[in-house]
Amino acid sequence: MTGVLVLLRRELRLALRQWGDVAMVLSFFVITVVLFPFGIGPEPNILTRISPGIIWVTALLASMLSLDRLFLADYEDGSLDLLVAGPLPLMLVVLTKCAAHWLTTGLPLIAAAPLLAVLLNMDAAAFPVLIVAMALGMPTLTLLGAVGAALTLGARRGGVLLSLLLLPLYIPVLIFGVGAVDAALGELAVRPHLLFLGALFLFALVLAPWASAAALREAVA
Amino acid sequence: MANLHKFANPTLFLRLSRALLPWCVGIAVVTMAVGLYLGLFVAPPDYQQGESVRIMYVHVPAAWMALFVYTLMAVASAVSLIWRHLLADLVAKAAAPLGAGFTLIALATGSLWGKPMWGTWWVWDARLTSVLILFFLYLGHIALTHAFDDPGRGARAAAILALVGFVNVPIIKFSVDWWNTLHQPASVLKLGGPAIHPTMLWPLLLMAVAFTFYFIALLFLRVRGEIAARKLRALQLARAAR
Amino acid sequence: MGSISEFLAMGGYAAYVWPAFGVAAVVLVGFVISTLRTLRARERALAAREGADHAETGGERTA
Repeated sequence: MTGVLVLLRRELRLALRQWGDVAMVLSFFVITVVLFPFGIGPEPNILTRISPGIIWVTALLASMLSLDRLFLADYEDGSLDLLVAGPLPLMLVVLTKCAAHWLTTGLPLIAAAPLLAVLLNMDAAAFPVLIVAMALGMPTLTLLGAVGAALTLGARRGGVLLSLLLLPLYIPVLIFGVGAVDAALGELAVRPHLLFLGALFLFALVLAPWASAAALREAVA
Repeated sequence: MANLHKFANPTLFLRLSRALLPWCVGIAVVTMAVGLYLGLFVAPPDYQQGESVRIMYVHVPAAWMALFVYTLMAVASAVSLIWRHLLADLVAKAAAPLGAGFTLIALATGSLWGKPMWGTWWVWDARLTSVLILFFLYLGHIALTHAFDDPGRGARAAAILALVGFVNVPIIKFSVDWWNTLHQPASVLKLGGPAIHPTMLWPLLLMAVAFTFYFIALLFLRVRGEIAARKLRALQLARAAR
Repeated sequence: MGSISEFLAMGGYAAYVWPAFGVAAVVLVGFVISTLRTLRARERALAAREGADHAETGGERTA
């Protein structure tokens, strides 16, 4: 347990030292969402209708952009070899790193989402559902992202490859995440969507650490 | 287990594949010829869709193959990760482009079938959408296999990806179905919808058998090519080391 | 003759049925050609490399 805490503190300290990365991801999120009204016109009704989709798709891309922070630096400076050979089970290492990633990118993105929802003329009544849905969905994206990030370590054109691997796997989160907010806007039942998001999270929690650990072992072998 | 290892031995595989190849080619050619004859000449037109229903005889077998090949890749990947078998790696690598090809056929013929039925080339029908996502999964697998300088590293990364993708396929299918029922009016005619009459079932099954044996025959040849490539690489590395 | 053109017309759906079969044929035949080509090229390269290595080691032994 102390090992996990030490690792978590290290990850958070590294992320804080490079706070520019977090700021960049957040700026990407805001700027990309702001592009949409220019692309489809400023009509409030249309923006309201598509606001959940825009916010979710953009959040998904932003979270993916920050994934290279997860393992790449450790892979390049050799500390990943130490983590793999170290006393902490590799799956716990992966989970800890995912938790740190979620705290430093998932959380800021969730915090920024209602702000962007205001810009897109979303009904404020749907804000709580948007936040809960993102709180359930973003960790799943991070966990699946960890698998992709671990698989593409040392690959040529890793960034583009990562998006090709991950975007198909992100689709269920997108569907239920947007579905929850849509349901809230249409005053329909929100619960089933949130339950599915939770189920996806639990599933990723089981699958992703195993797959990431296997991929990391291959990367440092 | 011992038997499994015997079949995974490249020399044994080479001998076996050489012996079985003519049979696979023969079965594929004969069933395809009979299937095409029955499908194009004997099977009746559908009372609702008319002659356009004949597209089914390539569309449905291709869609089946798309799923079958991905399943096979997942099995080969599991074998590769558990027993570290070179041959399993090569099977997954050789099968992926073929699976992507079948998926592409299913998508193109689905679109051609959909145009007269729906009036547009593409509808976000649950089935077509799932096949499209499957196509992306294939592309990711192929790209990852070729993304490393060391082919062994690429193969093992792709094996992990194939397993992750495989367990995700039912989840993706389920969520796409869910999304589809939320967004689509029920009046849309579904592909593969008509109740199947024996005169339609026979050509369908024969075409499925033809596609399967076509796949096996090509898989044999492609794995043979991969074995040659690995040998060549090993010789070149040995030469460079000298 | 009439029956052939009738068959080719596919009850008015010719523009959809024949391209569908055509796409399938192009993909299936394309894979056969590309597979056979790469296989032959690799086997030829392998035979050449094996021959060269063999000649070299053989030469060393006699020297």
